[in-house]
Amino acid sequence: MQLIYEKSVPGRKGVRTPIPDVPKAAPLAADLRREAPVALPEVSELDVVRHFTGLSRRNFSVDTNFYPLGSCTMKYNAKIMENAGSLFADCHPMLSLLPGGENLVQGPLSLIHGLEQQLAEITGMDEVTTQPLAGAHGEMTGIMVIAAYHKARGEKRKYVIVPDSSHGTNPASAAMAGYEIVTIPTAPYGDMDLDAYRAAMSSEVAAVMMTCPNTLGLFNPHVAEICAIAHEAGALTYYDGANLNAIMGKVRPGDVGFDVIHVNLHKTFGTPHGGGGPGSGPVGVKKGLIPYLPTPRVAKKADGSFGVEAHPEGIGRVSDFFGNFAIMARAFAYITMLGGEGLIEVSEQAVLNANYMAARLKGEYELPYDMTCMHECVFSASRQLKYGVHAIDVAKYLIDRGYHPPTVYFPLNVKEAIMIEPTETESKQTMDAFIEVMLEAAQVAKTNPEALHEAPLTTPVGRLDETRAARMLQVCCE
Amino acid sequence: MGYCANTPEEIREMLAVIGAGSVEELFAPIPAELRAKSFDLPAGISEFELMQVMRGKAAAGGADVVPFIGGGIYDHIIPAAVDHLSGRAEFYTAYTPYQPECSQGTLQALFEYQTAICRLTGMEASNASLYDGGTAVAEAALMAMRITGRSKVVLDASVNPLHREVLSGYLARLAEVPQVAPKGCDSDLTRLMASIDGDTAAVIVQNPNFFGSVADLAALAAKAHELGALLIVSLYPIAAGLVKSPGEMGADIVIGDGQSLGNPVSFGGPYFGFITTRKRFIRNLPGRIVGETVDKNGKRGYVLTLQAREQHIKRQKATSNICSNQGLCALRGLIFLSALGKDGFAELASLNHDKAEYAKSLLAKIKGVSVVNAGATFNEFTVSLPGNAAQVVEKLLASGVAAGVPAGGYYPGMENALVVTVTEKRTKAEIDRLATLLEDALCN
Repeated sequence: MQLIYEKSVPGRKGVRTPIPDVPKAAPLAADLRREAPVALPEVSELDVVRHFTGLSRRNFSVDTNFYPLGSCTMKYNAKIMENAGSLFADCHPMLSLLPGGENLVQGPLSLIHGLEQQLAEITGMDEVTTQPLAGAHGEMTGIMVIAAYHKARGEKRKYVIVPDSSHGTNPASAAMAGYEIVTIPTAPYGDMDLDAYRAAMSSEVAAVMMTCPNTLGLFNPHVAEICAIAHEAGALTYYDGANLNAIMGKVRPGDVGFDVIHVNLHKTFGTPHGGGGPGSGPVGVKKGLIPYLPTPRVAKKADGSFGVEAHPEGIGRVSDFFGNFAIMARAFAYITMLGGEGLIEVSEQAVLNANYMAARLKGEYELPYDMTCMHECVFSASRQLKYGVHAIDVAKYLIDRGYHPPTVYFPLNVKEAIMIEPTETESKQTMDAFIEVMLEAAQVAKTNPEALHEAPLTTPVGRLDETRAARMLQVCCE
Repeated sequence: MGYCANTPEEIREMLAVIGAGSVEELFAPIPAELRAKSFDLPAGISEFELMQVMRGKAAAGGADVVPFIGGGIYDHIIPAAVDHLSGRAEFYTAYTPYQPECSQGTLQALFEYQTAICRLTGMEASNASLYDGGTAVAEAALMAMRITGRSKVVLDASVNPLHREVLSGYLARLAEVPQVAPKGCDSDLTRLMASIDGDTAAVIVQNPNFFGSVADLAALAAKAHELGALLIVSLYPIAAGLVKSPGEMGADIVIGDGQSLGNPVSFGGPYFGFITTRKRFIRNLPGRIVGETVDKNGKRGYVLTLQAREQHIKRQKATSNICSNQGLCALRGLIFLSALGKDGFAELASLNHDKAEYAKSLLAKIKGVSVVNAGATFNEFTVSLPGNAAQVVEKLLASGVAAGVPAGGYYPGMENALVVTVTEKRTKAEIDRLATLLEDALCN
């Protein structure tokens, strides 16, 4: 498909700008003035509409395809949340910071406060900030809070511990907050090796970061002990909420012994993924850490109204205002609409669907950790390797059959990983159809592996040359 | 309730396949002592009741106030096509294009976005977006520190104060950040140049700055380069329609908040941050980058490229921890720029300039009010009032007008200064009313 720039015709006009109703100003001085207009496309509005409608049709999405992308919780995004989120489009955030402005924005402030309270109850934490703009941003914020806590106690700690099965963002976020990383291997039972962890823990460790259930979809039964070991050494515990969708109403990280958490509103709380964001990554903390949360805080006053308060001991500002507000509004809508019982049902059905998937597929695909899983299950294409078929080949075959592939090659501690997260919003019928195609792929691997290497054939482009992309480095059109 | 689909009969069938007696049995791996101690949330409601709640909150959101405020976030027109096209579910319910063959829509759009932002900023390479303007400043500083191996960042204090706060937080444990106070409302280029030394990774300025002043940065760029430092420019993207690009002025990294490009103000987000640079620094960019390539039949296509910089591969050695960015907001930016097009975007920028100049001339006529910016401004300017600006703003809010952002809260000693923003959406009638209200407020 042509680029929008290739559709440009000199002199063609797009959308009309407002009619001038003031005199034309004197031009800027020559040393400040742009000489030629920015080389944007010259296209009609219909050209724009056809172009982007055409592009949209070259995407798989939750609304068009089953999208069991492990670790990403690609659940259905309810349409009403789009309506709810767009209601606040014209509310200017700067109003809240003007003298007397708070009174004019009580609605959005009450929503932020309400969402913080909902998330605190769901996770068992004492207070929540909504400022972080994505999960990784939440991780960095959480680790900065931990660093501020240690600093206030006059302690110099330099390490953060992560399991090798963690998301790459965990070590990257801790490194951005100025820590060195200690990585703990996975034990044969599928969780962080407890002995190695014990050996790594010391008075120089600032925190341990855990994802629970972990990226294998397994709930670590030793999680309370892991927290206790950290606390004994004066370290704090960080809960990566990427997999919270599995345990709502069943377990609360705060009850288990975690000091800091982040949650992904775009995973657990049903806000759309946007083709790569915007997400939202609120952070919750236990009482002792509240002073270090970012500034400002939305506070409920004695008279029941809401105000914006500076938070002087905190780590400062991590984003410009209160976070990705329109995403937060969607999540508030989701939690309010589902209620406590609805959220429990979400986790129960997510876990049921994942275990059903595991049970139906383990005959043909290797399930390296064959036990009751939570919201996702991780297979390996190791049995298909002897036919020269890799996880990526199975993935590409699925595309031809109309399914977005599961996550492949993650977690890194499973060879040829195929990570399936069906989510609670998919029906048995949808999963059965997907399972049939997965089983078919396993048969094709045995009988005609070449067909898998050729896939996909039905997409606008075939397999793409990623090496060439990295070598040529053409990242914009000339 | 939770949009779950399975019927009780299907649930029984599935449990039978799994070999479990109940759904609760699937939670057996969780030890009893770890179970939730509370889960006290109200019962669920339907769409109907929900929208009553949400409309109530939105009605108390200040949307009817006439905004002459910015602070980095601006009230601009958004062509209808932006909402309709970005609202296509094939875009907004997809995720990061890990599987390029079934994500060419998102990938090509991001490639086109990268092109548009490069052209806007006068640079050669862009990523697929960052979170927002403030975090973009911080990412640019970290990028400059990686490139130069130095850990001092000279910061112009006329950079948006909210962005400076974000930067301080990010760099607290990593760098020294001396700030150079502005001269009145203008960046003090002489002192900025004098503050650059052999340990400086970068000097960060904003154009136009927080007070609306526009400056030629060519000499600053030359001085930075002479000492092996980089010039980072934070750009308000609408200004690029009229003002010489940072690239032409010699910038090495250009960042900014893309909100003004087709994203509503939405009480703080979501917006997107942009970052562009010279081609030689591309490997130091944070976040996703889309590159062009071909498939096995030679057909053009797009993929995520240079992924070896990123956290999912490099872990703690990555150029940034960023994973999800603001893809949909960047898409809105691209549709906005395409719908306005080459001439439309230039006209929009001119219109902003015309309206602000009109407002400036009107306010300057009020007794006791004077313009503080020494030179040119773009769609924002700063006036000195005969009294405390915060009190005046509070007074005018009662009449439904947000007259500007009082500078005193961010710049001690500037309590009488008011930063006024005028976009193309402010009508002559609204501007005239602002002048009348301000005059009345100052007389009484």
